[in-house]
Amino acid sequence: MWKFCSNCEKGRKKPARTQNAGGHKTMEQSNQREHAMKTFLSAATLALSLSVSSLAVAEPIKIGLITTLSGGGAGLGVDTRDGFMLAIKEAGNKDITVITEDDAQKPELAVQIADKMIQSDQVDILTGIVWSNLLMAVAPSANAQGKFYVSTNAAPAALAGAKCNPLYFNAAYQNDNLHEAMGEYANKDYKKIFIMAPNYPAGKDSLTGFKRYYKGELAAEVYTKVGQTDYAAEIAQIRASGADAVFAFLPGGMGISFMKQYAQSGVKTPIMGPGFSFSQDVLPAIGDAALGVKASGQWVKDLDNEANKKFVPAFQKEYGRLPSLYAVQAYDAAQLILSAASKASVKDAKAFGEAMKAADIQSPRGKFKFNTNLHPIQDIYVTEVVKEDGVLTNKTVSKIFTDHGDAYAKDCKM
Amino acid sequence: MILSLALEQLLNGLQLGVMLFLMAAGLTLIFGVMGLINLAHGSLYMVGAFACAVVAAATGSFWLGLAASLVCAAAAGAIVEFLVIRRLYDRDHLDQVLATFALILIFSEGARWLFGSFPLYLDIPPLLSGAVPLPGIEAYPLYRLAIIGVGALVAFGLYLLISKTRLGMRIRAGESDREMIAALGVDIRTLYTVVFALGSALAGLAGALVGALQSVQVGMGEPVLILAFVVIVIGGIGSIKGALVGALIVGLTDTLGRFLLPSLLGLILPASTAGTVGASLAAMLIYIVMALVLAFRPRGLFPAKA
Repeated sequence: MWKFCSNCEKGRKKPARTQNAGGHKTMEQSNQREHAMKTFLSAATLALSLSVSSLAVAEPIKIGLITTLSGGGAGLGVDTRDGFMLAIKEAGNKDITVITEDDAQKPELAVQIADKMIQSDQVDILTGIVWSNLLMAVAPSANAQGKFYVSTNAAPAALAGAKCNPLYFNAAYQNDNLHEAMGEYANKDYKKIFIMAPNYPAGKDSLTGFKRYYKGELAAEVYTKVGQTDYAAEIAQIRASGADAVFAFLPGGMGISFMKQYAQSGVKTPIMGPGFSFSQDVLPAIGDAALGVKASGQWVKDLDNEANKKFVPAFQKEYGRLPSLYAVQAYDAAQLILSAASKASVKDAKAFGEAMKAADIQSPRGKFKFNTNLHPIQDIYVTEVVKEDGVLTNKTVSKIFTDHGDAYAKDCKM
Repeated sequence: MILSLALEQLLNGLQLGVMLFLMAAGLTLIFGVMGLINLAHGSLYMVGAFACAVVAAATGSFWLGLAASLVCAAAAGAIVEFLVIRRLYDRDHLDQVLATFALILIFSEGARWLFGSFPLYLDIPPLLSGAVPLPGIEAYPLYRLAIIGVGALVAFGLYLLISKTRLGMRIRAGESDREMIAALGVDIRTLYTVVFALGSALAGLAGALVGALQSVQVGMGEPVLILAFVVIVIGGIGSIKGALVGALIVGLTDTLGRFLLPSLLGLILPASTAGTVGASLAAMLIYIVMALVLAFRPRGLFPAKA
């Protein structure tokens, strides 16, 4: 609690200080004038366009997209950015500006960028962070400064329960969700499972989520180093454990390394994992070693709904590759912001938040709505890796959860 | 079952150690002969992996890819030495660190610019795929055995090169007295380029070999580089023998630590806590070993003559 309060104070004090600095006042005034001008113009446009289109925005919106565009995790960030920008482009809304910056998967850099975006670029909304540890460093302090944060992926348990915030929306899931789905699925076929995840917040959320639904025995619970590339030691343990299945949460490069080494090890125990371990961004690099792996996802490429049938070809046409989970989540985050923008001014946080909470969007996932803690309530599917025209991808096997929320919503008092 | 697991983990540790040796040998050679701290060594490892992945994808042959990784990494090393490193020999270590760190950024963004942010595909050649039974072990991946073999060959080859050939003689001479060997008429600039290219080729070879096991992606070299530095600090900077011993110590400590610590802690703590605490301790273990070695032998296990 104390930490949050110190943040709020900082948030309130800082802008005051910059205004006092000499020279800033005139800029502030001219900004105000420009701003008034813009408001007048956009109000006029709004009046004009109300009869023509419902997409008009009363107020220009500045969005700060912080994501990982360099280093090992860049594939995830590139998909996030591309999915987000696709929705913005499709909407063709001239009043929305998106500023994109690379956090290089470093928490300290993400914090610097967020501060810069809030104080000097004056963004209204922040979004785009892939990793939970980075999100924890950025989102609560952005919220304390009165800015919206719409998460496109990271969803640590800490922000879904008692520390939920009316300015913090999650368009992806809660971290535990996809793991819970695999836990539920594992009950059907397996009695003794070897579970494994990297040693960081999302890794712990992962195994907690799995165990929440899985009823059988655990062969072992192993935490690996974040960014680990050699899994020989863990594979040897799997071989010796006598487990009848392995559940592994290893996003990005970690999953690629593990799957390739596992295929070579001669261990035949079946593997399963959450969707992002076998998402479209890593499948080509894993190769045929991934065939037949079961995973979970709140979106699958072959889901039968109108929005999805439009989204997949549109993404392919724009970027020349298949979209991943990350792309869909970011696409929906952008849609949520766009839909709220068409209904309320972003300066009116309460009205804008309510408009966003209404989730008036056509998600490629099909049904999408927000829980009381502003995390999604959605269906979750089990998928299998298959080869389609020589390209590895996921296909739907069955629906495992219908209208699934998360375990922390009950602790959220807003 | 327990014995076979322990044997398998020993082999895993050996394999990791051998891989680290390929990286550390080049690093320590370059430091020993030229007194240069090369942070960009990890980038040359990445160059090797990318060259192998691209050539293997184009030709369908891993072996051509492997050859390409040696050639490309050596060429990249020679070019970098000629254009950048050459200007750094007389500067202090801080300037060298700054310049070679800049090289890391240039190599990484260059690779991203050429190949994109998504990992490339590189698979193990069919000849070496699969697992074979060994005495006491149910099955062990053939490819990892091959890496151990390659590492042993490289170690032996380096020993022969340095102790039996004319080039090796010059390298040793360069290590002990730079001015004198230049005064004796040896072309020291060419010698430096050759040594740098040799070190780079070894890093490229390691990158290609490991790339087939792991993921070939931008930034893959830096985590290995950190381990390679730990290896040469433990082994004694500038000593090939030290690099070999240091690499095996780090490889075995890391692998056995990851496997034993959580199980040992499991005897006194609940399973899930033991897992996280054990994993965190295991991640620190090699640095603890390094600190201990430095406390008792501040210049490493086999300090090179300075």
